[in-house]
Amino acid sequence: MKSINRSILLKRRKIRIINNLVMQTFFLCATLFGLVILGILFYRVVSQGYPYLDWQFLQSLPSRKPENAGVYTALIGTVWLMFVVAPTSLFIGVGTALYLEEYAHKNKFTSFIQINISNLAGVPSIVFGLLGLTLFVRALSLGTSVLAAGLTMSLLILPVIIVAAQEAIRAVPQELREASFGMGATKWQTIIRVVLPAAIPGILTGGILALSRAIGETAPLVVLGLPLFLAFLPKTVFDMFTVLPMQIYNWTGRPQEEFQGLAAAGILVLLFLLILMNSIAVLIRNKFQKRY
Amino acid sequence: MNTVIANEVDNEVINTHQKWTQKNAVYQTRQLNLWYGENHALKNINLDIMENEVTSIIGPSGCGKSTYIKTLNRMIELVPSVKTSGEINYRGRNIFDKEYEVEELRTKVGMVFQKPNPFPKSIFENVAYGPKIHGIKDKKILNEIVEKSLKGAAIWDEVKNRLHQNAYGLSGGQQQRLCIARCLAIEPDIILMDEPTSALDPISTLKVEELVQELKENYSIIIVTHNMQQATRISDKTAFFLNGEIVEFDVTSNIFSNPKDQRTEAYITGRFG
Repeated sequence: MKSINRSILLKRRKIRIINNLVMQTFFLCATLFGLVILGILFYRVVSQGYPYLDWQFLQSLPSRKPENAGVYTALIGTVWLMFVVAPTSLFIGVGTALYLEEYAHKNKFTSFIQINISNLAGVPSIVFGLLGLTLFVRALSLGTSVLAAGLTMSLLILPVIIVAAQEAIRAVPQELREASFGMGATKWQTIIRVVLPAAIPGILTGGILALSRAIGETAPLVVLGLPLFLAFLPKTVFDMFTVLPMQIYNWTGRPQEEFQGLAAAGILVLLFLLILMNSIAVLIRNKFQKRY
Repeated sequence: MNTVIANEVDNEVINTHQKWTQKNAVYQTRQLNLWYGENHALKNINLDIMENEVTSIIGPSGCGKSTYIKTLNRMIELVPSVKTSGEINYRGRNIFDKEYEVEELRTKVGMVFQKPNPFPKSIFENVAYGPKIHGIKDKKILNEIVEKSLKGAAIWDEVKNRLHQNAYGLSGGQQQRLCIARCLAIEPDIILMDEPTSALDPISTLKVEELVQELKENYSIIIVTHNMQQATRISDKTAFFLNGEIVEFDVTSNIFSNPKDQRTEAYITGRFG
């Protein structure tokens, strides 16, 4: 006496196979949806912006006359911003991650910090803008300088960098630490000679992805009061500056159609920067594939 | 009441050990207790480790033998929630002393781990790691140490032409001998081996065992092993651990031919474990 009735199973099998097909189609549609929308957007931007995109556009200062206007100040401003954000956020972020992973004892206090770091990653960027305005622009009277904006952006991406660095550090096998400690190495020697070299690809990948987020952010900088129109370049980190997203935001607000085209061209420049950075991140990840 | 009995037993153990203390003891463990949180992992351990001897520690899984060997160089402190009581005297000094720097202890006590764990660096850099962290920068001295250590670990001939290649290109057995070489490079006084052959094939195991025999001339060795034949082949003395206690500690041949405790006999004849 068998407890499984084959003829019932046969009927059920058809339903199971149909179910599988339905779900497969659904997931395919979900994937296509995002891709198609992205494709349409990209097509629109390219068709609108491409005619305006040339060397002159990259090398011209902003202007009231669309035919003379360019992204030079904004592009250089974005580069300036990166030079403040990258070292600040990487230094503090990796330091925090190293402390939490290597030095701190696991207790309620550190898990409290851990939860809050994860929560900070979810705080809207405009809140960081308000913080930057109060702390850096007003209290420390840095004004709307490269430094103030850079520090604000560093705070914004810090949680992402910390979490990425922590994961990279955690992925270093414990046996390697033991080998180092077993020979009488101190924690710092173990970190600098064993842990960091093994974790650096992961840290850099996470760091670059976080930086590319900082490049695209606009909201906090609007709150900080960055100028929408600026016809000179910053000379030091204490100077006023503007960035690509601000310039694009400015142009999209203009009524003339030419400025819409300029905005699209600006978006293309920004997109190119982002794709470049993400490609570097992917390259680093592939080059230093895990060897243990 | 219980403690009184425990103390009597311990005194007896200590007395038998006194016969051996005429030789130089490297480690003298006295009344060592260790807890992982609430879990009492080592109970009243008393054990003397002698110079230029191979002492093997056998016992079933979870009996505390790895815990014990990791306590000897305080590696166990990497595990949070570990508490200890009692003393371990290394060359007459209690390693749990607040002034005893763990870095100093581990310079004299080398360790070889269960799984070969070379660094993802070149063979040369692996061996030079220890001397380098202790501040030796002179290239000539480093070259000398690397060659001497690799020869000492009987792997020099296999790697002398590829010193600057990544250690991950070596086989498992070679990696383990490289780890032994790395450990010799800090010129330790005693070498702790935590199941060094459990991840190796029989031929590599044989090579490591032969190596242990050679190293005995210059070093004291403590080896944790699951393999009782290995203990009989290479060790002078054997300690049998069970449930965090030392059941029996004696000359290896006595343990295996004439065990005093029934539990030891049951274990070595394969009735459990």
